[in-house]
Amino acid sequence: MSRFDWLSEYLARLQDEHVLVRRGSATRLAPAHALEIDAEDWGRAGQEAAAFGCRWAGLWADQHGDLFSVFCLLEYGGDYLILCTDTAVATPLLPSHTPYYPAADRLERHLQDMFGIAFGDHPDTRRWTRHQAWPEGRYPLRDDFPVTGDAPRETPPDEEYPFPRAQGAGVYEIPVGPVHAGIIEPGHFRFQAVGEEVLKLEERLGYVHKGIEKIAVGRDPRALARLAGRVSGDSTVAHAWAACQAMERAAGIEPPPRAQALRALLAERERVANHMGDIGAICNDVGFAFALYQFSRLRELWQRRSSELFGHRFMMDVVIPGGVTADLPREAAARLREDHRALRAELRALYDILEDHPSLEDRLLTSGRLTQDTARRLGCLGYVGKASGQGFDVRQASPYPPYDRLPVAVPVFEEGDVAARMRVRMEEILAALDFLDRLLETLPGGDIGCDMPAPEAGAEGIGFVEGWRGEIVTYVRFAGAGQVARFFPRDPSWFNWPALERIVLGNIVPDFPVCNKSVNGSYSGHDL
Amino acid sequence: MLRILNRIRHAGLVTEAPPPVDDGELQRVGTEVKRVLEARYGGSLAIREVDAGSCNGCELEIHALNNPYYDVERFGVHFVASPRHADALLVTGPVSRHMEAALRRTWEATPDPKIVIAAGQCACDGGEFGTSYASCGAVANVLPVDVSIPGCPPAPIELLRGLRAVLQG
Repeated sequence: MSRFDWLSEYLARLQDEHVLVRRGSATRLAPAHALEIDAEDWGRAGQEAAAFGCRWAGLWADQHGDLFSVFCLLEYGGDYLILCTDTAVATPLLPSHTPYYPAADRLERHLQDMFGIAFGDHPDTRRWTRHQAWPEGRYPLRDDFPVTGDAPRETPPDEEYPFPRAQGAGVYEIPVGPVHAGIIEPGHFRFQAVGEEVLKLEERLGYVHKGIEKIAVGRDPRALARLAGRVSGDSTVAHAWAACQAMERAAGIEPPPRAQALRALLAERERVANHMGDIGAICNDVGFAFALYQFSRLRELWQRRSSELFGHRFMMDVVIPGGVTADLPREAAARLREDHRALRAELRALYDILEDHPSLEDRLLTSGRLTQDTARRLGCLGYVGKASGQGFDVRQASPYPPYDRLPVAVPVFEEGDVAARMRVRMEEILAALDFLDRLLETLPGGDIGCDMPAPEAGAEGIGFVEGWRGEIVTYVRFAGAGQVARFFPRDPSWFNWPALERIVLGNIVPDFPVCNKSVNGSYSGHDL
Repeated sequence: MLRILNRIRHAGLVTEAPPPVDDGELQRVGTEVKRVLEARYGGSLAIREVDAGSCNGCELEIHALNNPYYDVERFGVHFVASPRHADALLVTGPVSRHMEAALRRTWEATPDPKIVIAAGQCACDGGEFGTSYASCGAVANVLPVDVSIPGCPPAPIELLRGLRAVLQG
């Protein structure tokens, strides 16, 4: 199947619906195909995309004088399509995609809070990212909003957020957070329960909103890569890579093959480290501490090797525009292959135990089920999607170097329970180790970086990287003098958090921690 | 069960073994922490960790303090679920304005006398995020801070050194 062979069919359907495509471009945001349409056709284009079977994969806006440009990312068969439209800053209004795509809900509300763009017929117009740090009617991502804010003062708690109430005999509410009991990120969960059974869960996020999109403005490429590496600290390599990919496309350069290969080495090391941590933590949440200590032991060793080779336990700031900062010494490849061999042996013994332990089976199998249909409609990514039949993986569906020459196996399961989400992680570790061995065998020689010329004013680019949580998408636009004018990193957590609200339904409250850990959404990557 | 026991035996006691962390130092710093805790704190220090806006990098390293290599509990340091049980707050991140009130309340809920430790570069000086419409910057802009531990993120041994500094101070 060749790339975009479905596009003419989608365009024909748009024509049937009298949606006028003003311009199409295969180069503007390559490898994605961009379609410019009128604001009034925004809803119909979304509706047709949903009927066609496209996955809804993101939404962002950008101000150009008195117009907002709005972008919606769609994906079909590994091809990316971006709908673009304009709406006036004075009267910013667009039809909502949420009626056709539940996945669109929170990102549309994010745009409503950050730009003041109203989405007509959106079923839920409550604020989302905004708490009390700035007043209603002010929009931080508009050009007239100063990065320091209007009047910095003590920020009151957000006590008036209108949670729907459940009523009835025996129904009670459990508010949890933002400060949680463990060493984890802050967010609020509002449970309604009868006895031990969860009737409803509503998430309230946005507590770690740090203004990342706003403070990116004016940075140079190197400084943007540093910021991208802190969008979500556990995904520092993947986010930095996606941002660099976007900036390099804007500048019209491609890093040398050795740099691309080393980026993949870092990204797969990040995947293995985080998956090992999660497997231990999932087991620990059902009281099987043995696995926590075994996997945290393996993770520690893994991170020490990363620190030794790349100078940082999480490999932060190693991916930079144009390449990477650290080369792999010649003798290190053999040591890494030996690490992989030893780790495989350790994992084999541990997997044997995990797969054959009745008390684990009892708690993990059938807990927290996410049906394939719900996962598809929510656009779930990474291990959450793959455990529920959604096998999308950027490395396979839309491969970027070096995955274009070195394919990686993608495990997909259908059960959709906690056990399946853990199983995806277990398989992905093994697939990553195989990939790393092949990568080391075929590591290209040459430079580990190239110069990054300052992109011209208006240059834009988009990056797609499969992080350990799933697909990361990053949009960058430059102003003059190589300065960033717009940065939007879309973490996969945007589409996995809503799944958690569905996953816990009908489960008992004490199983919430393990359900939550099996999803392990990033708060920081989502709150921005 | 036998397999699990075998696995545990096979893994052995890994605490404070392999390079490149200077394990002599881990043992030395840990022992000093333990000695001060025994002399002045009744033998233990209960820490409530609060992420006030971090990117989650610091949390990973704080978690690592509990892994079998560092195992800080053996030095008398343990993490508790409630600020009401805590002697110290270990605060990470620039303080996001959306977490400002929650952080103050957590601090108020911690019984006196209490120690506040700002962990990580962002907690020390705002780090990559600084001060903005969304961020109060350093923890010291919101709470009285007793000791700061820089690093992005600070490695587990650096966190332990920071604990020693606050206890000896």
